[in-house]
Amino acid sequence: MNQFTDRKYVFAVIIVVVGLVYIARLFHIQVLDKSYEQFAISNAQSVRIIYPARGLIFDRNGEMMVYNQAAYDIMITPRQLETFDTTEICRILDITREDVKERIRSAKSYSYRVPSVFMKQVTYENAAVLQEKLFQYPGFYVQTRTLRKYTRPVASHALGYVGEVDQRILDKDSYYQMGDYIGVSGIEKAYESYLRGQKGQNVFLKDVHNQTIESYQGGRLDRSVEVGKNLVSTLDAELQEYGELLMKPYIGSVVALEPATGEVLALVSAPTYPPDLLVGRSLGLRFGELASDTLNPLFNRALMAQYPPGSTFKTIMGLIGLQEKVITESTEQYCYYGFYVGNIHTGCHLHETPLNLIEAVQHSCNTYFIQTLKSILQDAKFESTAEAYSNWREHLLSFGFTNPLGIELTNELDGNIPDAGYFNRIYGENHWNYLTVRSLAIGQGELLITPLQMANMTAILANRGYYITPHLIREIEGIDQIDPGLSTRNYTSIDSSNFGPIVDGMELVVNGGPGSTARNAKINDIIVCGKTGTAENPHGNDHSIFIAFAPKDNPKIAIAVYVENQGFGTTYAAPIASLMIEKYLNREVKRTWYEDWVMGKIPPVVKSTKPSNDTIETKVDSRGQIP
Amino acid sequence: MDRRNNTFANIDWLSILLWLVILSYGWMNIYSANIMEAEGGIFDFSQRFGKQIIWIGATIILAVLLLMLDAKIYTYFAYILYIIMVVVLMGVLVFGTEVNGAKSWFVIGGFQFQPSEFAKPITALALAKLLTSHTFEMKRITDLLKALVVIFIPPALILLQPDMGSTLVYFAFIFVLFREGFSANIMLLLAALIFLFFTTLVVDNAFVLLILVSGGLLIYAIVAKSSKKTVLIGAWTAVTFGALYGINRLTNSEFPLFTLGLVSLIPITLVLFIKGLQSRMYKHLKILAGVVIAVLFMISVDYAINNILKPHQQHRIYVTLGIEDDPQGVGYNVNQSKIAIGSGGFKGKGYLNGTQTKLHFVPEQSTDFIFCTVGEEWGFLGTTFVILLYLGLLLRMIFLAERQRSAFSRIFGYSFVSIIFIHFLVNIGMTIGILPVIGIPLPFFSYGGSSLWAFSMFLFIFLRLDASRLEILN
Repeated sequence: MNQFTDRKYVFAVIIVVVGLVYIARLFHIQVLDKSYEQFAISNAQSVRIIYPARGLIFDRNGEMMVYNQAAYDIMITPRQLETFDTTEICRILDITREDVKERIRSAKSYSYRVPSVFMKQVTYENAAVLQEKLFQYPGFYVQTRTLRKYTRPVASHALGYVGEVDQRILDKDSYYQMGDYIGVSGIEKAYESYLRGQKGQNVFLKDVHNQTIESYQGGRLDRSVEVGKNLVSTLDAELQEYGELLMKPYIGSVVALEPATGEVLALVSAPTYPPDLLVGRSLGLRFGELASDTLNPLFNRALMAQYPPGSTFKTIMGLIGLQEKVITESTEQYCYYGFYVGNIHTGCHLHETPLNLIEAVQHSCNTYFIQTLKSILQDAKFESTAEAYSNWREHLLSFGFTNPLGIELTNELDGNIPDAGYFNRIYGENHWNYLTVRSLAIGQGELLITPLQMANMTAILANRGYYITPHLIREIEGIDQIDPGLSTRNYTSIDSSNFGPIVDGMELVVNGGPGSTARNAKINDIIVCGKTGTAENPHGNDHSIFIAFAPKDNPKIAIAVYVENQGFGTTYAAPIASLMIEKYLNREVKRTWYEDWVMGKIPPVVKSTKPSNDTIETKVDSRGQIP
Repeated sequence: MDRRNNTFANIDWLSILLWLVILSYGWMNIYSANIMEAEGGIFDFSQRFGKQIIWIGATIILAVLLLMLDAKIYTYFAYILYIIMVVVLMGVLVFGTEVNGAKSWFVIGGFQFQPSEFAKPITALALAKLLTSHTFEMKRITDLLKALVVIFIPPALILLQPDMGSTLVYFAFIFVLFREGFSANIMLLLAALIFLFFTTLVVDNAFVLLILVSGGLLIYAIVAKSSKKTVLIGAWTAVTFGALYGINRLTNSEFPLFTLGLVSLIPITLVLFIKGLQSRMYKHLKILAGVVIAVLFMISVDYAINNILKPHQQHRIYVTLGIEDDPQGVGYNVNQSKIAIGSGGFKGKGYLNGTQTKLHFVPEQSTDFIFCTVGEEWGFLGTTFVILLYLGLLLRMIFLAERQRSAFSRIFGYSFVSIIFIHFLVNIGMTIGILPVIGIPLPFFSYGGSSLWAFSMFLFIFLRLDASRLEILN
């Protein structure tokens, strides 16, 4: 024993204290702090995503419209990059050295650990060359993706396009990851959840060199890939193509529906663009070009353009008059070149007089329907004009004019029918009457509806009283029934018995004797019922409008044609509608000379010098105040 | 008399049991850390766990041999072994093979052999021999210097290899000197300087200065028993500092607080020094000197870190101290090591089920970072078990060392305790991110033949000495 024997306690204490400190530290990092487990998982797991092929889209006749083509994205994971031969990469991918640096920098700014796209959609040949040399480029890999391809360059607005997800979507939906594709518009967007399928994943165990070792936990986290569902569209690809062909020289829209089902047969918005313009790399290059085009080809006029319905609206005026029992089929009105009260004058054209309701539709008499509006608004059932007006408006609401009809496409707009309050605000309560709003009777003034709503109105006439929400998809692979809302009938407030005289008038519009407004829409063997319209356009030439359905009994097609700045309805809109009907019902068009006319190969010939059947001139002060 | 001569009756079997448990548990973890590459069974000798089995087998034979040798030979041959070892350490610098940037290996046949590992027990023998010589007196400076020379010749040679980790281990012998009577005050001073060293790195200099000055004043107040003078000195210092601070602000100069503090201390220091000399108040002068030395030390540490160390060395120190964060760079190893251990949780992922260690996320996963495998696969239970094993072994060794009649055996025993403790402290401390990454193995646990042999030699020489504790050895 020596004098320093007590110093053994110093040793013991130091050793025990260090041991306890270490145990406390281990308790902290192993038991209390759970974050290390997450780090360990992200360290050792390598997730390989398997992208499903997007669903195909067929037309109503089973013709394929949209399919897929493989594309190759070069991906990089910045953390795994090692120095590599830039010259060779540049040569394979045909890019500059600065480009390579820039692309790597942008990938790094996104994430070091998560792979991002180095170069999108390289050709199969380039991808194959790179794939072979990939072992020289740690951090690089080739990702196979699919791009949309189209059998016919048509229906861009209906089909929509597919683009890369943006930050907004990434924040909202965890399914998507940077670089994923998503339907941006049209059917691609509306049916994204079916078309995209379900991404699969294989989770591997990887080591520090990022080499995969084996399936992680025996594949417990793996998910098999589900291919996207195929869709059968209601569109008739051939009719769609034909419609786009006819509308090529014009600005406007053609919407064709199957009245009994609400199925959209054709949805044409002109001018348009070929759908493959907005695919893959071309999307980035060309989108700006399309967006800045002054004719606005990206604008879906069929759903978003709000036009006055013009004289086509007279059919609805007649229906409301009958429903309110203020007129009957045999009610007659005199008309001598127009409607006159005091110094208020709305012109009309030369036609025999008096006319009953059927004849008034046939000849599109302005006076008749202004008188009808007068009867409706001065109906003794109501205490005031405003009250009668509101009742009139209620009828229109049941036609779906004031709200989007609910087609699958998200960019559909509503129409506009001002309410009584609107006129109260402008003119003051009880300071307006039928004369003030008389242009509504002939589809002008504040009235605005979209071509889709106009086509739907035509379908209501064809169905004699109801419509089914227009839609673009009739079948989804593997789903028994699509939205039941797409097979229920929406009845209007007009009894079906009231449709007879209006439909008869529409028949005569096309098939009547001299003075009928659209005899040029007549097709042999098919009874086409139609109605012309010409919308006044304060900014230029009037718009040419035509609605029609055929055949008269058990109609198969209802169509609305709107051609901007082309004058009378009868000039271009009626022939276009007629050709579309012929194409759809007969599958071939015999009147090729008529096609030439529409497509401008024959210069339009002015057939007669008499004023057209549905011009309107208003000679009063524009406020329409009662003198 | 029988008992005195019968080594195996007097052997400490508890130590041997602890040694065997650590050895086997270590091997199990080496096996787990290398299982991914293995194709044959556990006797796949191309693998580390296969090789380690050979090493363990050889070690047991070595242990038996050491126990059978006469205890007296160690005292006889201590210096001779030491000289041979110094020659070998010089030889390795010339003829050695470079592995991982350090020329510390002899390669003979298929086997690698690292002489610096064996230098530890042999240095302990030489130190024990020196300290037990009849003329040795710890308080005599020349004797102390002799001891320090014996201790620091091997690490000086090892530093030339260069192997920083093994060199630092030799500082553990200071503890042995402490046990044998080295001044406790100097030990405290050393501890204080080490503490001040780290505080300087971690805490703002101005704050450390404030603490030092306040501490000096407090001691002065106690020693001089005059609160009046204390307040006077404190107030003077504060006023000087306030004035300098004001001038600094008004002139928009941007001198740091630390500089202002230092300058404001100069006049008061000179005055106190002169007054102290005049009135021969040596006690007070000592306090003043203490504060001045501490401040100078702090300045030189700061200077050394910022101007002498290379940027990557500074960085490594700062990352370890938690001042800087760098999970991808210098901190990568520590970060991965903490992830592996932390992800084990309370019960661990199960034996052979670790991912971090096997997939090479953790560097050196069977040598320096073997503790990660324990942490990941056996969880908190496993790591605590390992720590308790070492605590048990170390405390048992202190007990054994203290029961020696012979100072030689005791010094050798304490050498073993100190060396094993420093390895335990640094190795585990580094894997859990408390200490900087210094690559030294966990004794008996890490893969490696040389270290296993050397530590086992160390242990069994001591156990042999302990078995002969009833004899007088000198």
